[in-house]
Parts: sequence; structure tokens; C-alpha cells
Amino acid sequence: MSPTDPVAARPGAADRPLLTAAGLRKAFGQNEVLRGIDFEVRRGEVVVLIGPSGSGKTTVLRSLNGLETPDAGVLDLDGGPVIDFAAQALGPAKAAKRERLALRDRSAMVFQHHNLFPHLTVLENVIEGPVQVQRVPKVRAVAEATALLERVGLAEKRDAYPFELSGGQQQRVGIVRALALKPDLLLFDEPTSALDPELVGEVLQVIAELAREGWTMVVVTHELAFARQAADEVLFLDGGVVVERGAPAELFTAPREERTRRFLDRILRPLD
Amino acid sequence: MADGWQLFLDSFWPIVWGAVSGTIPLALASFAIGLVLALGVALMRLSRNRVVSGIARVYISIIRGTPLLVQLFVIFYGLPAIGVVIDPWPSAIAAFSLNVGGYAAEIIRAAILSVPKGQWEAGYTVGMSHAKTLRRIILPQAARVSVPPLSNSFISLVKDTSLASLILVTELFKVSQQIAAFSQEFMLLYLEAALVYWLICLALSSGQSALERRLDRYVAH
Repeated sequence: MSPTDPVAARPGAADRPLLTAAGLRKAFGQNEVLRGIDFEVRRGEVVVLIGPSGSGKTTVLRSLNGLETPDAGVLDLDGGPVIDFAAQALGPAKAAKRERLALRDRSAMVFQHHNLFPHLTVLENVIEGPVQVQRVPKVRAVAEATALLERVGLAEKRDAYPFELSGGQQQRVGIVRALALKPDLLLFDEPTSALDPELVGEVLQVIAELAREGWTMVVVTHELAFARQAADEVLFLDGGVVVERGAPAELFTAPREERTRRFLDRILRPLD
Repeated sequence: MADGWQLFLDSFWPIVWGAVSGTIPLALASFAIGLVLALGVALMRLSRNRVVSGIARVYISIIRGTPLLVQLFVIFYGLPAIGVVIDPWPSAIAAFSLNVGGYAAEIIRAAILSVPKGQWEAGYTVGMSHAKTLRRIILPQAARVSVPPLSNSFISLVKDTSLASLILVTELFKVSQQIAAFSQEFMLLYLEAALVYWLICLALSSGQSALERRLDRYVAH
């Protein structure tokens, strides 16, 4: 289990970010949630998005998986697709859909509320994408899924239904389901926010381990300790813009912006 | 009384045969066709295209707003007036299917809407198209929700097929009517018909429970 596309495989690949997002804008009615978001994600890098609720961080993440369509801006994945949303709003809807699907093919999402398929067993949840969409032969998909489940300590649960698992186990299956798609980009949308506090650790450990293995990921989270340990870059979003960005050690200890400082204070010292 | 008992016994198997050769195949065929129709109408109703959902809405409204007996008579006695002559059996199946199509469409639509939006997104994120997500993720979950109301529809349909006796279909009730007319034992024969309907519905209810248990295997109790 390691990223499918090692940096060394293509000369010069390291120079070009895996993902470039430029000028992403999105409004829901009158509510402008994204007001020009720019960032890059390099191969093997972990980018963590933090920010108050309503800051737009989840919308950014969902856009990377084609679950939201920005009104304007460009998403450029090295190797395709390159989507210019402003141009698409005017262009044929079919093409837009095709590019969104291409985007989805290269990324995989882990949801806050795991969204496992309740009518399928753990194993069936994991192989659904590979077998039904990617046309991986079932025997191979099962073998790979079993190996992944073993990695997160859930091999003996492969025939259980999601309702028979704890919240932490469900979320680990959610992660395995995403990994099984062999995406170039792993997306996590507040993967521990819906968990009981004592279950948060087991899920964060799995994500941190994936980061160490070199998976490229974008993580929306409120777990600052995790961000500090695992992130290569932290983006602080507020009001639909990136207010501040930097290495976690810098951003957490010496934030430059007042808004960042206030946000960190509220999270780190909620009682003050 | 002994005569009455004898008549009951003598007429029992003919009535059951009326159920086996008339009522049950009529109900099964109409329900099967009606469900396919209902799924189509439900999906139309959920369509974002106003014209498409409007057509479905009107169809459902007409089916629910007019008596089944009238629908049956329009097809069998009315259509010949404009040159469309349909035999009793196809007429009955058409009327009952259209009826199920209208009622079950609303059940299926509600069941589809009851599946959380996150399930659609999870389907998309593993790479499935809208149609595939519907088929593999949403409908199996909607099926579980819709079994109780659809069972009700089916049980109603079994009883409603007695209306087919009025357009010359030989089924359970028609057989009892014929024996009653011949023997003049109306009370006995109609109660006997009622008993056989009831037995069929009892069997259906236990079938429903078994199906619900099977579909409930993946939910917490």
C-alpha cells in the first residue's frame, strides 16, 4: 500500500504540483462561500485546511472531488483534468460533467459521517468502487481490500455490516474504501468531528501513518495537534479566503494575522 | 346444516381454483408491471425537468383521483367506442397495473427521498454515475423502507381484483357468484369467498414479515 505514482517515476514531475487551485469562487445564492482561493498540493504533501465553520474549507474540499462546482477558478491536476470553471459555466454541460468525473477518478473522499453503504458488508463497501467502476477483477479486489483492512486492524470485521462497528471502526473502513480506489489525492472532510473523543485517536493514527507513507492528502480538521504533527502546510481559511498559510510550526506558534491568532486562541484556550 | 357444509366443501376447491387461475395471476402480473411503471413514474416525478415531473404529477393525480372501477370500465367498455377493443384479461391487467403505477410511484418516490444525501455522494465519490448510484446504492436502501407500504398496496390489489368479475374475468369472486346464483346460498358462498381472500392475505402478510426480516439484516435493532 503506497501511492501509485512515485515522484521519481517521471523526470521533472517533482517541479510541478499535483494539484493547483487558482481563484476558486463559489456562491450559494447571496452567500459567497469562496472568494478566490489559491493553493498548491505537491506530491506526497499533506495540506491541512483549518478555519471557523462557514469559512469555506469544506466547500474547497468538496470541489476537489467534483461534489461542488465552483462558479469560477481553475483546478489543475497534473496529468489532467484541467478545469476552468468560469469557462465551463458558459460551455456545454456535458463536457463539464466529463471533467468533473475525471477529477473524481483521481481523488477519493473520506466523509465526516463516514457515509458507508449500510446495506453492504465492510468488504463489499471497500470493493464496490474497484469492482463496479474500475472493473478490477473481483478476486484481486477482494485480496487488496483484505490487505487494506488488515492494515487498519479490521480484517476480522470484513463480513460485518457497518451498523455492527464502532464509530472509529466505521471511519477506518471509510478510509480503506477511499484507499481502495488508489486515488492520487486523498481528501478528508473533518474525519473525526462526528466521533466520540476516545475514538478520535485510532482514526488520526491511521491518517498520520498514511501521511508518513507518502500519500498526498488534503485534510479539513479541527485537530490542531494532528495538523501540527502531520501537515506540511496549513491553510487558515476565513470568510472564503486563505487568510494565512505556512508550515504548522510557524503558523501555530507565531501566526502573522490577527484573525488566525484569535481563531487559534479560541480552539486552544476555549475557557479564557 | 349438513347440506350447507356439503355445499361449502363442494364449492371450496372451485373457488380456490378461481383464486389460483384468476385472482393470483391477475394480481401478480398487475403488480409486477405496476411496480416497473411506478419506478419510472417516481423517477420522472423526481426529475428536475419541470415538464417530465409535471407529466408524472398529472398521471398520479388522475389515478388517485378516480375510482378503480371507473378506470376498469373506461378501458373495457369505453375504449371499444373509439375502436379499441381489448379482451377481459388484458383490460384487467392494464387497469390494475396503471392503478398500482400511480399509487406505488408515490411510495417509491418517498422511499428514494428517505435515503440520506450522503449516500448519493458516497456513490459518486467511489466513481459511480448517477444511474449506477441509484441502482446499486439508493434503490436497495429504498426497497427496505418501501416494503411495508408496498405490501399494503399488494394486499389491496389482491382484493381489488374482485372488480375484474364485472368485466367478465373468471376469478375467485366470479366463481362464488356463479355457484351462489345456482345454489341460491348467497350468504354461505360470499362468506366462503371472503374466507379465501382472507387466507390469501394472511399468507401475504407472513410473506411480508419474512421479507422485512431479510431486508432488516443490515440495520441496528
